[in-house]
Amino acid sequence: MATGFFATDFGILILTLLKSLALIVPLLIGVAYLTYAERKVLAAVQLRKGPNVTGPFGLWQPFADAIKMLFKETIIPDGSNRYLFLFAPVITFGLAIIAWAVIPVNDHWAIANINVGMLYLFAISSLGVYGVIIAGWASNSKFAFLGAMRSAAQMVSYEVSIGLVILSVLVCTGSLNLNAIVLAQRHIWFAIPLLPMLVVFFISGLAETNRAPFDLPEGESEIVAGFFVEYSAMSFALFFLGEYANMILMSGMTTILFLGGWLSPIPFVPFTWVPGPIWFILKVAVCLFVFLWVRATLPRFRYDQLMQLGWKVFLPLSLGWLVLTASVLEIFGWLPHA
Amino acid sequence: MISAIAFYVFAAILLASACMVITARNPVHSVLFLILAFINAAALFVLAGAEFLAMVLVIVYVGAVAVLFLFVVMMLDVDFAALREGFQRYAPLGLTIGFILMVEIGLTAVNWTIAPAAHLAALVPTPEHLANTNAIGNLIYTRYMFAFELVALLLLVAMVGAIVLTHTDRRGPRRQNIHSQHDRTIAQTLTMVNMKLGDGSRQITPAATKAEPDKETAQ
Repeated sequence: MATGFFATDFGILILTLLKSLALIVPLLIGVAYLTYAERKVLAAVQLRKGPNVTGPFGLWQPFADAIKMLFKETIIPDGSNRYLFLFAPVITFGLAIIAWAVIPVNDHWAIANINVGMLYLFAISSLGVYGVIIAGWASNSKFAFLGAMRSAAQMVSYEVSIGLVILSVLVCTGSLNLNAIVLAQRHIWFAIPLLPMLVVFFISGLAETNRAPFDLPEGESEIVAGFFVEYSAMSFALFFLGEYANMILMSGMTTILFLGGWLSPIPFVPFTWVPGPIWFILKVAVCLFVFLWVRATLPRFRYDQLMQLGWKVFLPLSLGWLVLTASVLEIFGWLPHA
Repeated sequence: MISAIAFYVFAAILLASACMVITARNPVHSVLFLILAFINAAALFVLAGAEFLAMVLVIVYVGAVAVLFLFVVMMLDVDFAALREGFQRYAPLGLTIGFILMVEIGLTAVNWTIAPAAHLAALVPTPEHLANTNAIGNLIYTRYMFAFELVALLLLVAMVGAIVLTHTDRRGPRRQNIHSQHDRTIAQTLTMVNMKLGDGSRQITPAATKAEPDKETAQ
């Protein structure tokens, strides 16, 4: 692979492009079918049928929606900041895609297997707030601005606890490389010793992706649709797809940090025959189902409850757990030395 | 070759966006150009092999500091026309200060001597077998431990100071206590009453309405 044409500068460029395509195309199909899965799961919870008209079992529904969105008119509100207004959904969607550059779906199967992969993911997810703030500001609308401010406060608050959770995993692995983090879980998934952190991480992930029960930035009963109230057609679709791509990303991060990435759950023969990417996709799918399940089950949080949970419960809990993890590792001499 | 092209592209965007930060008319645009400058600086760090610093630059400056900048600029609605009013009056003073600064920097640069062994360290920024992150950690937690701890203390003091300055004990009339809300049981709130048919309308007597406020405070 690293010989001949693909070892030259130009060849590496082509190879990276091909790898990116091989990742992005399944990812986009996954995003499309996640919208379908969400409608089916919600329908099942509410004893309805969900989309079942377009194609067998309604399977063409995502494509019908996409075509509908494409042919609608893009309305740019009067007095809005034209370029930023159109740029905001691109930021949201683009960030959700570029984060996948470092995620390994199998041993060394990442587009960029970099040393600081975990920091890269954290950096990208901390940028996600810009799409929302810019959208809210550029729309020149009060509801949009209120939604954007809520979202910014929420994402910044929960990022703190996400950071501390990631730290307690990193203390156990001794490496920022995602590949190494997964391989450190060969003997035991971090979900077992760090179970409370998994719960904190997942709930913070819900808040970070603005999903129910933390969907206050959208809060349709209070601020219409929040930060994307002025968006229509394709620019709306990009926000919509960005939200789902972010959900898949959060599930991917949960899988890598706590659920052992591409490793099979039981290290015996019939299970180890299954290729790694299949395990990875299955684990991501389980996490995504929990996302949808939570949305169907729980009502929206009140704003003060949201802030109290983030700052007064999760922050002390994750900080305490980090100290505890480090102490246990130090006392028993289990600290990894990279 | 590709890294050279990448360097010039990132450097050019960095300089251009840095200029836009001070020339943009809209303060929000200024902050957004500042963010672009940060990201390009991070890209230059990556090209220089300092991937840890690059990621920390993005996380700290772009992910946290610039968000607050943007927030403040959006919320305050600064009237830049008023700020620009004194431009011509203060321009000579500003130019003088700028000139003095330039001369001082120039004097320093001319007399600057680099430690004779420094170029050896520049050739090998990190030890071969160590990742960038580990190398920085090794330095910070051994040789520069004292300075590092001092900086952390400084940040803590700044944080406590900010909280002390802004924190006021607001006792609004509509404060919600989540714990007491969760602790409430059905028995405290709901009483089942078996009424005789047609008695309900006659129950509203002065005595009954007086009992109401007591019930409220008991909750």
